Amino acid sequence: MNDASHWSIFLNAALVNNFVLAYFLGICPFFGVSSKLETAVRMGGAVSFVMLVASVCAFLINLLLDAVNAPFLRIISYILVISSTVQLVEMLMKKLSPTTFRAMGIYLPLITTNCAILGLALFQTNRGYSFTQSVVYSLGAGIGFALALVLMAGVREKLELNEVPDLVKGTVAALVVAGILSMGFMGFAGLGR
Amino acid sequence: MASKEVTSTDEFVKGLWRDNPVFVQVLGMCPALAVSNTAMNALAMGLATTFVLLMSGLSVSLLRGFIPREARIVCYICIIATFVTSVDYLIMALSLELHRALGAFIALIVVNCLILGRAEAFASKNKPGRALLDGLGMGVGFTVALLFIGVVREILGSGSIFGFAVFPDSFQTWTVMVLPSGGFFAMALWLLIVNRIKKKEAETEKAEATA
Amino acid sequence: MSTPELQPQTSAMSMYRAIVGIGAMCALVIVVVFQSTAARIRDNQERFLAAAISDVLPVTEETIAVGIGENGQLQKTTASLPLPVFLAYGSNGDLVGAVLTAEGMGYQDNIRVLYAYSFEKRAIVGFKILDSKETPGLGDRVEIEPHFIANFEALDARLNTSGDALNNAIVTVKQGEKTDPWQIDGITGATITSEALGNMLNDSANGWLPILERDAISIDREATP
Repeated sequence: MNDASHWSIFLNAALVNNFVLAYFLGICPFFGVSSKLETAVRMGGAVSFVMLVASVCAFLINLLLDAVNAPFLRIISYILVISSTVQLVEMLMKKLSPTTFRAMGIYLPLITTNCAILGLALFQTNRGYSFTQSVVYSLGAGIGFALALVLMAGVREKLELNEVPDLVKGTVAALVVAGILSMGFMGFAGLGR
Repeated sequence: MASKEVTSTDEFVKGLWRDNPVFVQVLGMCPALAVSNTAMNALAMGLATTFVLLMSGLSVSLLRGFIPREARIVCYICIIATFVTSVDYLIMALSLELHRALGAFIALIVVNCLILGRAEAFASKNKPGRALLDGLGMGVGFTVALLFIGVVREILGSGSIFGFAVFPDSFQTWTVMVLPSGGFFAMALWLLIVNRIKKKEAETEKAEATA
Repeated sequence: MSTPELQPQTSAMSMYRAIVGIGAMCALVIVVVFQSTAARIRDNQERFLAAAISDVLPVTEETIAVGIGENGQLQKTTASLPLPVFLAYGSNGDLVGAVLTAEGMGYQDNIRVLYAYSFEKRAIVGFKILDSKETPGLGDRVEIEPHFIANFEALDARLNTSGDALNNAIVTVKQGEKTDPWQIDGITGATITSEALGNMLNDSANGWLPILERDAISIDREATP
């Protein structure tokens, strides 16, 4: 039982221990998708939604695993649930917004391998969050992820208009920007206690 | 240009430099940056990932006739998750401190795009022997890359290597290097160096071709 | 006209076969690994705990895990609590103290501590950080800074006259301003971490010490929980 307040859990997940900038989770799409602001926003939205669903499912699965005393099935069951959720999101998106679906391309199925979502499920289990705490945690994490993605995309769009040495172009520049963003987010530490 | 017969050594070696998972393919970065704050953690993570790469590559290759195309991703994920769970418990049995240091990132090996990528791109289309070599090469390349990052971060951020002090006490450690930002910076540094070397390689090759 | 090709085996059947087959194999492997490592892991955990407990309360020879029963009484327990509490007995079988775990939010992330309470001195006499991700060189100084560690040689944790709470709340004060034995002299530059530790010790002590003081002496060591 974790007795942290809901507000502090939310702030912590979104800012203080931002999933991308502090825990290094969800980096692949972070560097892949974040060069265009619009795709970044959509990706952030998709990931947030999957995070929410995954969080709820993980909580329920964990109750089940505890009941049958099979903790070793945790990883495999979490990841299978996550990949099913992503399939679901893919199908929904195809139906509801085909343009978005095409724009996101390969990155949509890649959400399955997004460490941020599995990481979210594992962290909330390790910390023993209650149901409402888990939901708040996933909301905070999703918003934090989207925020980091959007910030990154904004900076990179600007960078593209500038003269950057050949060797530094692309991933190297993105990494340096990420490092600086991460330092900036460290300023949030101690917030919401 | 004449096509070369891909030898067994080639399968192994390509993961070390030409197709290095971290610096060339830029895959599997999450753990690369997260647990590389000390050289020991980087080594342990690299070895754990290599184990999963080997075992899952071997399994996928052995079962490749058995796994239908439509369900292949689910099957790969199942297989990978099995070996990740195994390595998780093996590390816990080996050393609790190491397990605590690596934390949830052992479990996160299951979403390392590298492993799924190799299973899909290589192991499912090649014989077990080749798949084993490929997995080993990629794993070693991954471990070495992780070590590079980890060593830099530990030397600058803690003044030590594998726990052994390298600098005198008066050295003011660059704490930022063991923090998340440092991970990004260290990786950027190595990537820059690798890019430079590869550029030089490409230039010499071009020069030789036109000569 | 060419003859139509032979129909391949029903896709659904081979899919079903594959998924179930692979699922079964995977489950088997996991269970085998789990069973074969379980004993070793348990040993490791017990050894770690024993070492930590003797760090905070060296006179301990034997411990029993305790919890709170439905009637609010202290009792021996086999359940693994998220924050375990132990009674410690010395070499001649005497109750020498209690060892408790506490947890709280520090600067970066959760901090977990183990601390020892002496019934004789009515004070916290030992302290060890179990889990911490505080900033190296700043927050993690709580583990090594001598004047901070000295706080826990005898941190007053007396109960009030009615025995239901601490007489004086454990609180962290600015470095150098400690005047009373129930205060923790903080670390400048690691304010949030040292305050967090003060708060979690206060909460934990307030919750557990009244029950321990009341019931610990009458716990039957040999009872089966």
